[in-house]
Amino acid sequence: MNILELKNVTLIKEGRSLLNDITMDIWDGYVHAIVGPNGAGKSTLAHTIMGLGGYRDFSGDILFKGKSIKNLSIDERARLGLTLVFQEPARFEGLTVSKFVLAGVKEKSKSLVDKALEMVGFDPSKYRERSVDKTLSGGERKRIELASVYAMHPELVLMDEPDSGIDIDAIKYIFDIIQEFKKEGISVILVTHSPEVLKQSDHAFLICGGQLVDKGEVGKVFEYFSGKCSPCKHVGKPELEKSNLRGQQ
Amino acid sequence: MNKSKDELLQELLASISQHKMPPDVAHIEIHGNEVLNAHLVPGLEVNSKSFEDGVNINIRVIKDTKIKNPVRFCFGLIPENGIQKLNINTVIEENASATFIASCTFPNAKNIQHLMDATITIEKGASFSYFERHIHGPEGGVTIAPVTKVFVKENSRYSTEFELIKGAAGIIELDYEAECEKDAVVDMKTRIFGRLKDKIHIKEAAHLKGENSVGVLTSHIALKDEANAIVENEIIADGAFARGHVDCKEIVQDNARARAIPIVQVNDHRAHVTHEAAIGSVDSKQLETLLSRGLTENEATELIIQGLLK
Repeated sequence: MNILELKNVTLIKEGRSLLNDITMDIWDGYVHAIVGPNGAGKSTLAHTIMGLGGYRDFSGDILFKGKSIKNLSIDERARLGLTLVFQEPARFEGLTVSKFVLAGVKEKSKSLVDKALEMVGFDPSKYRERSVDKTLSGGERKRIELASVYAMHPELVLMDEPDSGIDIDAIKYIFDIIQEFKKEGISVILVTHSPEVLKQSDHAFLICGGQLVDKGEVGKVFEYFSGKCSPCKHVGKPELEKSNLRGQQ
Repeated sequence: MNKSKDELLQELLASISQHKMPPDVAHIEIHGNEVLNAHLVPGLEVNSKSFEDGVNINIRVIKDTKIKNPVRFCFGLIPENGIQKLNINTVIEENASATFIASCTFPNAKNIQHLMDATITIEKGASFSYFERHIHGPEGGVTIAPVTKVFVKENSRYSTEFELIKGAAGIIELDYEAECEKDAVVDMKTRIFGRLKDKIHIKEAAHLKGENSVGVLTSHIALKDEANAIVENEIIADGAFARGHVDCKEIVQDNARARAIPIVQVNDHRAHVTHEAAIGSVDSKQLETLLSRGLTENEATELIIQGLLK
């Protein structure tokens, strides 16, 4: 069963085609990856799914749990169970970690804050009352943002470059939480160009120049990605094969 | 006014949700031009004299005294109209330290003037923190105009915070100026939520005269409705290795208007002063992060403003 379906999504901004006729199905309860070189349109796709400002005016449709979310605002999409972990987490001056973690939670409790912080490898007693501001590193804020998503218990999590800004020792916690989401039946879309992150997924899509180039089993997509995309020989213009897509889901 | 001293005191304290305080906490309550109550602790001297529409107050924290608990001041007026002028001269003597928390309450204000003329001297090696919280009614109607001159002597510290988050103000005219000697530190913070037709003018200045002196001026303002704010922060660094920072953030909603004028001046090449100012609507990245957790735009904005004014 699909939790999310993209149907011929095309996004043109200032005369540039950022997403070009993308159709994809996201299976419920699985970890999917969207891979591609820098500038391929991966983050654009994530932002379009979440409905961020500047990414709303697209053609085609996006269905979440079978219903179109095209005309829904960000918060309406979130309340249906869709959320996004940003590549660069925001800073919130004066807002405590506890308040931030519980922001999207109806039944707020200290124990939930502690559990969410432990999930991302933080000692709650050292972080609960800190502010989500510049006193925390980008990596710390990213893990706290992930804790807030864990506390929210969504149905589908979009994670934009989940390893960016995270030091090597802490990546384990990011991978653990991805697997915890899966265990709890939460679907995940990882936007990445990291082979290590890609390995966390069950299924992958390769996009380039705003187009879907390949999809299928992770090893196969990675082989294509590393063979044809790295180093990139066509800079944002995918060499689509005759059938448009090499693999089938 | 027919209310007894006790009734006024109870009403004043109730308006700031202040409960009975233990005997080792000094507290002074002033309603209009009348000192209703004063409880002092060793090392703290307070002398006051009323005049027609205010009180002259002399405060002294005696040399080497460390006052353990914050001293509580409650200023205010219960009626709808009136004037409260406070002329306060505070001296924190050498190596003494104290924290004052002042609650200023005008719960029924329609046309009230709360005027203050203060001089604060913090002697060598002393430390003084002053926190002023205003609690107002929903309609505004108060003119708040404190003028404060602070002398921060060698190796001493002064920090002050002005907070008006609950209720509407009316007119706020803050004018704070501090002079810092060698190794002295001044830290001024203002946190205001302006509503309705509030007019807010903040002037904060730190003159870093001494070597290694430090000054930080922080103004965090949120404005909605038709409120208007002008923030003038100024740091002048004369002393070698003096360091200063000005931070002004203003969130503007509805038809509110904001203007920030940071002035930084360095008169010694070894000094360093920085400033940052951000004015505008709620940051879109912050907003989108909270929206993607399912908060409505109003809920998200409120949470961001709460944080800014914390």
